[in-house]
Amino acid sequence: MNAANYLYVSALLFTIGAVGVVVRRNAIVVFMCVELMLNAANLAFVTFARINGNIDGQIMAFFTMVVAACEVVVGLAIIVTIYRSRRSASVDDASLLKR
Amino acid sequence: MNLSLTLLMALPLLGAAVLAALPKANALLAKQIALGSTFLVALVTIAMAVGFERDNINLQYVESHQWIPSFGINYAVGLDGISLVLILMTTLLAPIVVLAGWNESQNGRWSTKTFYILILVLEMMAIGVFAATDVFLFYVFFEAMLVPVYFLIGGYGTGERSAAAVKFLLYSLFGGLLMLASIIGLYVISGTQGGHTFDTQALSQLQMSSTTQNLLFLGFFIAFAIKAPLWPFHTWLPDAADCATPGTSVLLLGVLDKVGTFGMIRYCLTLFPEATKTFTPTIIVLSVISIIYGAFLAIGQKDIKRLIAFTSISHFGFITMGIFAMTSQGHSGATLYMFNHGFSTAALFLVAGWMISRRGSSIISDFGGLQRVTPVMAWAFFFAGMSSLALPGLSSFVSEFLVLVGTYTRYPVAAIIATFGIVLAALYILIPVQRALHGPITAGNENLSDLTLRERVAIAPVVVIIIFLGFYPSPLLKVINPAATHVISQMGFSDPAPTQLGGK
Amino acid sequence: MQINNGLVYLIALPLAGAIILLLAGRRADKWGHIFATLMSASSFAVGLLQFSQMLARPAEERAVEQKLFEWISVGSFQVDAGLLLDQLSICFVLLITGVGTLIHIYSISYMSHDKDRRRFFAYLNLFIAAMLLLVLGNSFLNLYVGWEGVGLASYLLIGFWNQKPAYATASKKAFIMNRVGDMGLSFAIMIAFATLGTVSFAGIKEAAPNASTASLTAIGIMLLVAATGKSAQFPLQAWLGDAMAGPTPVSALIHAATMVTAGVYLITRSNFIFDAAPTAQLLVVIVGAITLLFGAIIGTAKDDIKKALAASTMSQIGYMILGAGLGPVGYAFAIMHLITHGFFKAGMFLGAGSVMHGMDDEVNMRKYGNLRKFMPITFVTFGLGYLAILGVPPFAGFYSKDMIIETAFNAGGIKGILLGSAALLGAGITAFYMTRVMILTFTGSPRWDEKAHPHESPILMWLPMAILAIGSVTSGFLLSRGDTLVHWLEPLFAEHGEHEELLKPIVVTSLALLMVAIGVAIAFVKYSRSEVSDTAPEKVSLLTRIVRRDLLQDDFNEAVFMRTGQALTSTLVKTDEIVIDGAVRGIGSAALSSAGALRTSQTGFVRSYAALILIGAVALVAAIWVVTQ
Repeated sequence: MNAANYLYVSALLFTIGAVGVVVRRNAIVVFMCVELMLNAANLAFVTFARINGNIDGQIMAFFTMVVAACEVVVGLAIIVTIYRSRRSASVDDASLLKR
Repeated sequence: MNLSLTLLMALPLLGAAVLAALPKANALLAKQIALGSTFLVALVTIAMAVGFERDNINLQYVESHQWIPSFGINYAVGLDGISLVLILMTTLLAPIVVLAGWNESQNGRWSTKTFYILILVLEMMAIGVFAATDVFLFYVFFEAMLVPVYFLIGGYGTGERSAAAVKFLLYSLFGGLLMLASIIGLYVISGTQGGHTFDTQALSQLQMSSTTQNLLFLGFFIAFAIKAPLWPFHTWLPDAADCATPGTSVLLLGVLDKVGTFGMIRYCLTLFPEATKTFTPTIIVLSVISIIYGAFLAIGQKDIKRLIAFTSISHFGFITMGIFAMTSQGHSGATLYMFNHGFSTAALFLVAGWMISRRGSSIISDFGGLQRVTPVMAWAFFFAGMSSLALPGLSSFVSEFLVLVGTYTRYPVAAIIATFGIVLAALYILIPVQRALHGPITAGNENLSDLTLRERVAIAPVVVIIIFLGFYPSPLLKVINPAATHVISQMGFSDPAPTQLGGK
Repeated sequence: MQINNGLVYLIALPLAGAIILLLAGRRADKWGHIFATLMSASSFAVGLLQFSQMLARPAEERAVEQKLFEWISVGSFQVDAGLLLDQLSICFVLLITGVGTLIHIYSISYMSHDKDRRRFFAYLNLFIAAMLLLVLGNSFLNLYVGWEGVGLASYLLIGFWNQKPAYATASKKAFIMNRVGDMGLSFAIMIAFATLGTVSFAGIKEAAPNASTASLTAIGIMLLVAATGKSAQFPLQAWLGDAMAGPTPVSALIHAATMVTAGVYLITRSNFIFDAAPTAQLLVVIVGAITLLFGAIIGTAKDDIKKALAASTMSQIGYMILGAGLGPVGYAFAIMHLITHGFFKAGMFLGAGSVMHGMDDEVNMRKYGNLRKFMPITFVTFGLGYLAILGVPPFAGFYSKDMIIETAFNAGGIKGILLGSAALLGAGITAFYMTRVMILTFTGSPRWDEKAHPHESPILMWLPMAILAIGSVTSGFLLSRGDTLVHWLEPLFAEHGEHEELLKPIVVTSLALLMVAIGVAIAFVKYSRSEVSDTAPEKVSLLTRIVRRDLLQDDFNEAVFMRTGQALTSTLVKTDEIVIDGAVRGIGSAALSSAGALRTSQTGFVRSYAALILIGAVALVAAIWVVTQ
């Protein structure tokens, strides 16, 4: 099977994720879209590892997973805290950093 | 114990550390400790000056230790005649400033002890900046000095002190940035010619194209011209002097600004001899403008502190002119001028500060008839004024005349225009003297008190030094002359011979 | 040249007096005046001692030197603090300390009611020290110290009563106009060093013959500028009239006998420069001639007795400058007139002081009248001075002034005729205004207020006047008998060839006496025959009004220098504020406003940031793609 197809899938996933991040307001959904983008990148890494015949890409994929896991832990904690104090998970409501 | 520059720098820091350990409440003890440590530093400096070999043109009291070896940066210090004289001036002024401004810190944002910590740290850095023989070390001190001065102006000044402090800081940082760029440039070039170094001696041997030299020269020169300050980079000075306490003003104009003129000699001239020659005519013109412009602006001031600041701009014009005249008279005169200006400005600022704190105003027209109310204070102000207008018999005359004579032999037109400054000097001194000291005693001045014993003790050494050096400047000139002649001859200049000797 | 280590005491004694009195403050109030007088007198004694030693030596060994210490030494600029006492300076030393001591004595009584008398004496001593340094310095730079030192002392003494704003202004004016002259001296020293490589008298004298005329002329002209400032010569004359704000003894000592004659000293001392610079010399005589007429004309319209005498001083110094500008033949006569003038003018000023003392400090001569009855001694001493200044034989002025007029005529050609005529005319006008002063003050009917009780002054005041009066009678005869002074000074000056005489001496003398007679006669007709009003007449011609305004000297200075200076100052202050500081603040506010503009792009919405990042990333990738294609 042609390895390029995996890359197309990866690009598609990444685009979906990116559009989701930009368009959706709910912080949980945005968060999931970020995950989608990360996994798109993972897919691309693994594919390139296969194409190049070495394991560099796979190693990077593991790194990404670790980072993604950390991100989930910290990010979800933030979202939950914001939701508790403001009763809203909309990212547009959290624009206090402007000032 | 061996005398060394490191020791000299460590003493004020030690004083500062002791002060830091004190409880805040004990202001009097803080003052006494500050006075004691500055006095001790002055004594050590005098001892070092006594041990200085006058005729030896090599650096003395040299110390060098590796600091950041990977960049070729050393902690390297040493003294020649010029830096010795300036360090002597700094350390002599410091105890006078502490004693004269005994109560200056009381209107500050922070405690008394912080004020004196800042002063002591400033003193240490001033010593370092004059002693450094490594360009990087010099730069570090040059920039670090801004910090204590910034807090001294912004924290203990009067009026628009924050704005003035910021203006001062931004101006100086701008110049410092240009200088940093030049220093990096020098560093890079030195890497292509026998290894990275910041050593002044080694850097002066570099081969550079004339464009490179000109650009690097300008980086240094603009930084020093802002510091000095030379027209048109002067506008921070009146604001800063206006808002700072008198003691801070003395350190600012007397010591900090000398770094600018000292830097011109030490770095502009020795590192970039060719570029110096290219820019000399421009700089002479700027100096002459400074002399006349500063004098006119001083005449037009209504506030006594701003007036003194502008007189200094005029005086710095003389110093710069003397430096770039490239004659031994001009050069020695300029260095002597730096020393003398420190004391004459100190006298003016300190007495003006006493007048202002008593009257509660710094507007000249608020004073009147002080000679009849506070004769000693009036005399002190008059004396300081006479020193500022370079009355023969006082120290500033010797240096001013040397600068003029030295300039005349090479740039007669500049010297002639600059000489008009002495008439303007009479105006800018005698006008405030008449308004503040003479005439009938005006309302609000009837009950001013005369100088206290502490204030008399503080001003007395200044008066003695000014008179003594007016009649007998040789002790300083003998130290300065070899260094000044050395700089000039390194540049390839010699004094112009008298034009008319040996036949028509 | 011989070394004499005693010279320094001449200066050190009065200087010590000044320092001690100034430092001691009020503690010295009781004895300060006595102490200062003693200091001045002992300096005079040292001067006499030096003089007697000098007399004992042959003519060519009379000059002595003392090197005090190395003053300034940088490269080839070597100046020692050194003193030089020769035939010329001894004349001044004796005049300064002699007349100075007399005036100290006079002031003890004159200033006895002033609570600041000690300070006054401190300043007087300071003046004596500075003036001695001026005449004893062995180089132009040493002279310069004394030169500005006397300027300082003069400033302090003119402004002694500076609680009055007008007096404070007068002192400031004197200092500043003097500084303009001092600038000339600075220039002269700079040029001398740059061209001849030295600033000592001896060095320049040696180098002068090899120097070009152009540079010597430049030095000479600059020295002349210096002389016009200090000696109140045209065009820097305007300060002298105002300087009368000082106490009268000051006017007598500083603004008549000694300091104002420093310009004459300077020119005579620099004879070796002027002799080789004819253009400079010509300017000197022109300045002298203009000033002698200028001062005399101003003197005719003054009602203030001191200002009349000040105008007269200006005019008489004009004679001296004229004499000094006439070259080797004139130097000695200039000095002779300087000495005789020192006696008679100081005497007359002290007389004026004595009159003021008796008239409650009234200075307006129109409020005097018939004072000879009440002040016989003052009248006699003043009268002797009057006869001397007129040049009536055998009084002092006759010998000295006559010689200057004669020499002026002998200068040759049109120049000689013009100068001689100016000097003659000046003599006539002098006779007029001095007679006017005599008549208004001492004769006629009394015009004073009822409150005034004119009385003779105490002995401490009239004794110095009497001694000076003796000097004004005899000094001329003594100095010119057998050309004593001329021969005394001869070794200093270049030899001069015999001039052809335009007019026989006897003719010149007769003409001068004729002019004096005419002047006296006019004054008699105008002021003695008719009643003098006690206020100045209002309806007078334009010319009189101009003369009363001192020939518009102040109006000119104010219009040309003061107003333009003030305009320039205020323009520059504004420029500095608006243009230079404005540019700096402009940069600051530009940074602030651009920051404000950029700030609006930060919305705070996470999604817009994300979109921006995305767009940026896409753009970056696209750019890389385009470049690598």
